[in-house]
Amino acid sequence: MTSRSDGPILLETRGLSKQFGGLAALHAVSLNIHHGEIFGLIGPNGAGKTTLFNCLTGLYTPSAGEVRLDGQRLNGLKPHTVAKQGLARTFQNIRLFSHMSALENVMVGCHVRTKANVLGAIFRNRGTRDEEAAIRSKAHELLKLVGVDKHAHSLAKHLPYGDQRRLEIARALATEPKLLALDEPAAGMNPAERVALIALIQALRATGIAILLIEHDVKLVMGLCDRVAVLDYGEKIAEGAPEAVQRDPKVIEAYLGGSIGGAIGQPA
Amino acid sequence: MLLGVLLAALPFLVDAGLGRTWVRILDFTLLYMMLALGLNIVVGYAGLLDLGYIAFYAVGAYLYALLASPQFGLHLPFWLLLPLGALVAGLFGMLLGAPTLRLRGDYLAIVTLGFGEIVRIFMNNLNAPVNITNGPQGISLIDPISIAGVSLGQTHTFAGIEFSSAHSYYYLFLALTLLVMFVSMRLQDSRIGRAWAAIREDETAAEAMGINTRNVKLLAFAMGASFGGVSGGLFAGFQGFISPESFNLLESIMILCMIVLGGMGNIAGVLLGAFLLTVLPEALRSIGDFQRWYFNRIIVDPADLRMLLFGLALVLMMLFRPQGMIPSAQRRREFKHDDAPQEPAPLYDQQK
Repeated sequence: MTSRSDGPILLETRGLSKQFGGLAALHAVSLNIHHGEIFGLIGPNGAGKTTLFNCLTGLYTPSAGEVRLDGQRLNGLKPHTVAKQGLARTFQNIRLFSHMSALENVMVGCHVRTKANVLGAIFRNRGTRDEEAAIRSKAHELLKLVGVDKHAHSLAKHLPYGDQRRLEIARALATEPKLLALDEPAAGMNPAERVALIALIQALRATGIAILLIEHDVKLVMGLCDRVAVLDYGEKIAEGAPEAVQRDPKVIEAYLGGSIGGAIGQPA
Repeated sequence: MLLGVLLAALPFLVDAGLGRTWVRILDFTLLYMMLALGLNIVVGYAGLLDLGYIAFYAVGAYLYALLASPQFGLHLPFWLLLPLGALVAGLFGMLLGAPTLRLRGDYLAIVTLGFGEIVRIFMNNLNAPVNITNGPQGISLIDPISIAGVSLGQTHTFAGIEFSSAHSYYYLFLALTLLVMFVSMRLQDSRIGRAWAAIREDETAAEAMGINTRNVKLLAFAMGASFGGVSGGLFAGFQGFISPESFNLLESIMILCMIVLGGMGNIAGVLLGAFLLTVLPEALRSIGDFQRWYFNRIIVDPADLRMLLFGLALVLMMLFRPQGMIPSAQRRREFKHDDAPQEPAPLYDQQK
């Protein structure tokens, strides 16, 4: 496996925390994601993975700490500005525009990089027409890239489940992200769909996009990622190459349960 | 082409067949079509349920009335008042839209309903301490619309054909309705229209895909309101008299019913809805005459009958054709083969 973990830093979080009332969902998490890297974020249920994700993408405002993308501060920005800065996301529970066609879904993703206004829409001048044509062809290309082009004119909600997940990726790619954040993209996929997804993620990385992957499926993450961080109870307990993280006793303890791990580890 | 000839000949046919009153009803139908198309942008395209839409009609009407009547002794020309009405109503749209940006669904509807009433009550009470609107008495003697020195308030003869005031207004309103229709169509099929549709589908996802939901929603409010403002200005000039009671809640609901009945989001449907709900109530008036002639007394008051039938029509629509008579392609899909309707996922961040 090629390691691309020595490039310049793309996304950086410093002491990121999020409190929900008295509950610390995230506590002082610091991460670096490099350019062109596939970075995995794993952890048991309720470890704070999605909370971290929402803090990065502007859905939550972090209670403390900061997020920087290519040196630009992201925290406090609204989700649409975060997307404009170059961080696009998918959702754990698919959130497509279900009554729009697959193509239209991707075309909506192009919104942030285009600029036709009301006057352009009404008069449909040359600039607007060219832009529309460009949006359309780009959307077709992206559908082809993720392999959903045969469903371009079907409603998003009528697509097979795996294709819906892939369509979400195409829609996110339409925003031309530097970092693509995937929230459990393999959830609910069958083995064949999973293999295809892995190939897609690797193909995306080859185009130079960095990928942040949140997954439940440890095997998938270990096989795909350059580096992995493990969250447990809102804290980062390990970070590094997948093989090293896999052997980390703290990680094993988090996954197998503290009491058992502790009982085994202690001399009688 | 054929449709064009028909539309051009319509007022004469109606005049000959049904009388001058019906030409005026035709004029009103066109005004309501403009209103319905405007509300369709807010409700049909962007999915923002606005129950106070009539406020923008009122703003347009009062703007015209104040600037072209003896009220302040101002008599500004129509070509200035028309765009001004659109602009001011659009600004009001943003003004009333801004505080509601965080609200969705029912909550939005309630607040917009309140705003609609606030505007009406303002018009009703702005006669003291400084008299601006004449309060409940309304403003009268409003200048009729006049284009290039030709007042539409009088009868003119061109090429041997007599154009009454109602006829002239018909052609002006028709031209503007076609313009509003054209703008609606262009907007729907554009980057902006797609952004509106995305917000209607899933606001959180739209925002995450980089759509500035605040601006795009304000734009929908402003565009919809400006159509209302244009229609309001035309109404004031056509009618010559306006008062706050023309702009009550029932009117807002009526316009909403037009687009729901006809087919939300679809221009042809919206036009049909506006046509039916303006013409049918008028047609029902004749039921009173019929009863007087046949039974020698009024058994069912036509006004009551109108409401009764109207209610029945709405119930039947909701039961058998909730997507409207001519639904938009998208709405049709929403209501058709709804195999396991997907509930939108709960918002992650409702406490933010």
